[in-house]
Amino acid sequence: MNERGIFGKQSVNNLPQRHRMALIWRLIFQVSTIVGIITLTALLYNILNSTFGYLIIETKINPASLNAGDVPLEDLTKDALIRILEENITLGAFRTLQRDLPFEQRSRDDVFDLVVERVLKPDVKVTFSLVDSLFKRNEIEETLASSYPNGTLVFRTWLTPRFLITPQASVPLFAGVRTAVIGSLWTIAITILVAFPLGVGAAIYLEEYATDNSINRIIQTNINNLAGVPSIIYGMLGLAIFVRALEPITSGSLFGLVADPSTANGRTIFSAGLTLALLVLPLIIINGQEAIRAVPNSLRQAAYGLGATKWQTVWHHVLPAALPGILTGTILAISRALGETAPLVVVGASTLITLDPSGPFSKFTTLPIQIYQWTARPQDDFRNIAAAAIIVLLILLLTLNASAILLRNRFSRRLV
Amino acid sequence: MNFKVALRSASNIVSQDITSQSVGKYAIEVRNLSIYYGNFQAVRDVSLFIPRQKVTAIIGPSGCGKSTMIRAFNRMNDLIPSAFAEGEILFMGQNIYNPLVDPVEVRRHIGMVFQKPNPFPKSIYENIAWGARINGFKGSKSDMDDLVEKSLRGAALWDEVKDKLNSPALALSGGQQQRLCIARTIAVEPEVILMDEPASALDPIATLKIEELMQQLKENYTIVIVTHNMQQAARASDFTAMMMLTEDLKTGTVIEYGRTIDIFTHPKDKRTEDYVTGRFG
Repeated sequence: MNERGIFGKQSVNNLPQRHRMALIWRLIFQVSTIVGIITLTALLYNILNSTFGYLIIETKINPASLNAGDVPLEDLTKDALIRILEENITLGAFRTLQRDLPFEQRSRDDVFDLVVERVLKPDVKVTFSLVDSLFKRNEIEETLASSYPNGTLVFRTWLTPRFLITPQASVPLFAGVRTAVIGSLWTIAITILVAFPLGVGAAIYLEEYATDNSINRIIQTNINNLAGVPSIIYGMLGLAIFVRALEPITSGSLFGLVADPSTANGRTIFSAGLTLALLVLPLIIINGQEAIRAVPNSLRQAAYGLGATKWQTVWHHVLPAALPGILTGTILAISRALGETAPLVVVGASTLITLDPSGPFSKFTTLPIQIYQWTARPQDDFRNIAAAAIIVLLILLLTLNASAILLRNRFSRRLV
Repeated sequence: MNFKVALRSASNIVSQDITSQSVGKYAIEVRNLSIYYGNFQAVRDVSLFIPRQKVTAIIGPSGCGKSTMIRAFNRMNDLIPSAFAEGEILFMGQNIYNPLVDPVEVRRHIGMVFQKPNPFPKSIYENIAWGARINGFKGSKSDMDDLVEKSLRGAALWDEVKDKLNSPALALSGGQQQRLCIARTIAVEPEVILMDEPASALDPIATLKIEELMQQLKENYTIVIVTHNMQQAARASDFTAMMMLTEDLKTGTVIEYGRTIDIFTHPKDKRTEDYVTGRFG
């Protein structure tokens, strides 16, 4: 090995030192990646841990005390179940159920669920995490025997198809995310319908038409800054403009579409969608500008050289070439809007709605709002349904993103 | 609606003004042309008469304003916000820098081929059809097929691509792409084709094909070519303009212009002689 480097006397051979430096940096980068992976795994572990597990349930009424003879509750016929229901709840409540959906049209399982919910009134005493349920079965049974002699031990999966199609309820055991999912989808649809055309339009104007003068530079700087404004500020803006100032429009009363606009008072899906559209607009504009700027100038020159107008050049060549990049920005915007909670709290998301939103002028709640409210409750079982709702939110997010990515890939393939 | 009609009739007037002039000896007459980028003067006081249906080469060292000048001939410099021109460029007797003239119309009549082949990321067929379509081509599908074939034949590319007209243009070789760009240009039937170093990104065989093509094209079109390659100018052009930076002002200007054979064998200017004989710099 030569002690001297390539420059002879003026240098030393520092190659081992340089390799060592490279190794250290590589290790630092690897550690960063590993920390990221660990964080993600911990998140998933935490969520899954709460989504499944044992419960100790005590019912208000012992099933055996119901006048059902020797037959267990699970094996009773539909008629017998209806009779039990009729005997054990008030007449008013029974008539309300009848009015919602006549008992002749309800399935046996539906009636059975009603009996459990209205008559037995199960009460969750303790919940156990998935890990505890798997590895500490004995301790759980001891707790059951010593503290809750009347209780039953049930293994419960909180994330079930039923969870997806049931509307909100005040009891976690019977609550679902249906209203929240529909609310989220409505809100996102309005957000994208408003923010995508506006954002892309502004990006085209700023990149292709705007001259480099001080006014446009101020606009540009402001857009860049708006992308970093905390989302709660957008919530205040939405409250002031959409909910209060534009109430006749956002409550739907101007169009006469809603029977009683005063129930929502402007705190509607429409207001929420518009607020989130404002929030993601800078994101879409900036990404759109980046994408348009990345289109090679030679493409524009080729079009102009054939006698194309500016609009023909932009529409036929610049936009198709920039579309994959623009869609990437839109994917980011969807993800951001779907997960936003703070601005919607300010705009006035409802805490508990059991009816599906019927259109843009309905009261609303969204998945993140729902999760936030459930996690804020002190009872254990609310944490379980919050975890299940988080999984629903993640799946919704991944589905929306995957469809946007598929769309993008189709466009980029068509170009080559 | 009315607005649109008014616009269209205005551009018709301009286009008639451009094309209805009596056909003179020169396709482009440049008179006292100076070009600026903001405060910087790139080209100074050039006067040049470019003869119809000939190949005119513009040669000179790097940075002397050759590309700037050729891009002024079809107002491509308008795309650079700070660029502006003084003087006149007469095309068919009409000053193309007249404020009444629409640059879009000018570029339809004076086409351009660029240094780097830049076909659109579409099919070969679409590359040629697009220019005709945006300029108001209203023929049937078979008329368009004929136009595509005629243009590709005109650019000596038909035989190589006739079986794959719907395959992507970017899959062609560099030389084929450049000839496709020429075909695309002649599809809109311009009077003049400007070529800004069209062969500098190509290998010698592809270059030769472009040069042969230029000889065919000059039967129908006036060609102006910027080139770094002196052999190319000598081989392919009929007239040559020699550009150089003036020593005092560092702006480019034409120092000698004449028949190519005269420029290369009996240059009047000492600097031209040094440059074409390779003694320069």
